[in-house]
Amino acid sequence: MHLDHSHPAPSAVSADAHRPDGARRALRVGLGGPVGSGKTATVAALCRALRDELSLAVVTNDIYTREDAEFLLREAVLPPERITAVETGACPHTAIRDDISANLEAVEDLEDAVGPLDLILVESGGDNLTATFSKGLVDAQIFVIDVAGGDDIPRKGGPGVTTADLLVINKTDLAPYVGSDLARMAADAKAQRAELPVVLQSLRGDTGVADVAAWVRGRLAAWAA
Amino acid sequence: MTRAALLVLADGRFPAGGHAHSGGAEAAVKAGRITDPASLEEFCRGRLHTAGLVAGALAAAAVLGADPRELDAAADARTPSPALRTAARRLGRQLLRAARTAWPCAELDALAREFPKGAHQPVVLGLAARAAGLTPEDAAHCAVYESVSGPATATVRLLSLDPFDATGVLARLAPELDRVADAAVEAARSVAAEGTDALPAVSAPLLEVMAQAHAAWPVRLFAS
Repeated sequence: MHLDHSHPAPSAVSADAHRPDGARRALRVGLGGPVGSGKTATVAALCRALRDELSLAVVTNDIYTREDAEFLLREAVLPPERITAVETGACPHTAIRDDISANLEAVEDLEDAVGPLDLILVESGGDNLTATFSKGLVDAQIFVIDVAGGDDIPRKGGPGVTTADLLVINKTDLAPYVGSDLARMAADAKAQRAELPVVLQSLRGDTGVADVAAWVRGRLAAWAA
Repeated sequence: MTRAALLVLADGRFPAGGHAHSGGAEAAVKAGRITDPASLEEFCRGRLHTAGLVAGALAAAAVLGADPRELDAAADARTPSPALRTAARRLGRQLLRAARTAWPCAELDALAREFPKGAHQPVVLGLAARAAGLTPEDAAHCAVYESVSGPATATVRLLSLDPFDATGVLARLAPELDRVADAAVEAARSVAAEGTDALPAVSAPLLEVMAQAHAAWPVRLFAS
């Protein structure tokens, strides 16, 4: 099949803020953090909180299964055509940082298939404290840790804790049971991050994902401005 | 041309998606066909003389200026497994994205227009080499090397194989890689006069069959 040759070629520049037709592309927000810290639960809660006001989609990066994508499908947080899984060849950090090509194709295909979109959430596979998203893939990133992973994680720092645009300390409801000192975690995070924001979150509490959702709305307003 | 451009294109860290693919090694490991450095070497040798030779010839023919649409159709005809066709196109699309940023040119832009969902990876590899000012020999070497380096690095992850042993396998295969690359270029030089039927059409049926099975696994580390 021959395509019309006056049609512009798809952009080669990954971070380009515009789509080939000149429209502004969706804001891309990455969610990273260690295994089991609550990334997928946070994505699911964000979808429920934002889906009535925004057009959104999700890309998951499972390490060796489709568990995360299937959890989101089972929970029916979004229609299935708005959820895509990327396979990462045993290296989740490579797929979000060093070689972002598969994830870029996933976000672009979502915009082509179900767009226009306001927001795409890109969830990393569970990784270590050094895993961060490339600026060529996302516009902002959230790093999710949890109180049960040890209350010394904010003190240890690392690129995720130190540089993410938002740090979420998740599962605060578990703190009394695992002997984690929330005040100490918050103070250590503040010391590591200076002015960058930190949210202490329990998805089982009344506030739920509201603080993170508010932060996402703020980023979206700045992106659309 | 610049010699160093070949190193840029052939670098395993060139961001074109290869890290997520095992070149059939994951299925072979699970079936017990790759268990140690010796069986990895045999697997790589088999892949080199089949998929590697075909990929090398396609890439070299693309550098020589053969029609990318005809080469892509020839690659389809030489890839019975639908799962492997999909993987090859996906990798081609990813490579094209990286190559258009590394060596921007009208020819790569045209390829992106022609194949919005990707052309077979060896065809894109050849045109990327051409855009980088490289020779058919360079492109064929890249393609045949990728045909064995992918399985070798994947096996290090899958079997916790000693990485020095895996690199030793690749080093021992090097003279054979040169010979396969030479044969690939020779075949590619016949395409201008004889068409794409002059390209080699050797295949490894077990790789194709196992790739179909692998694509249906619910739990796997690699995309292919």
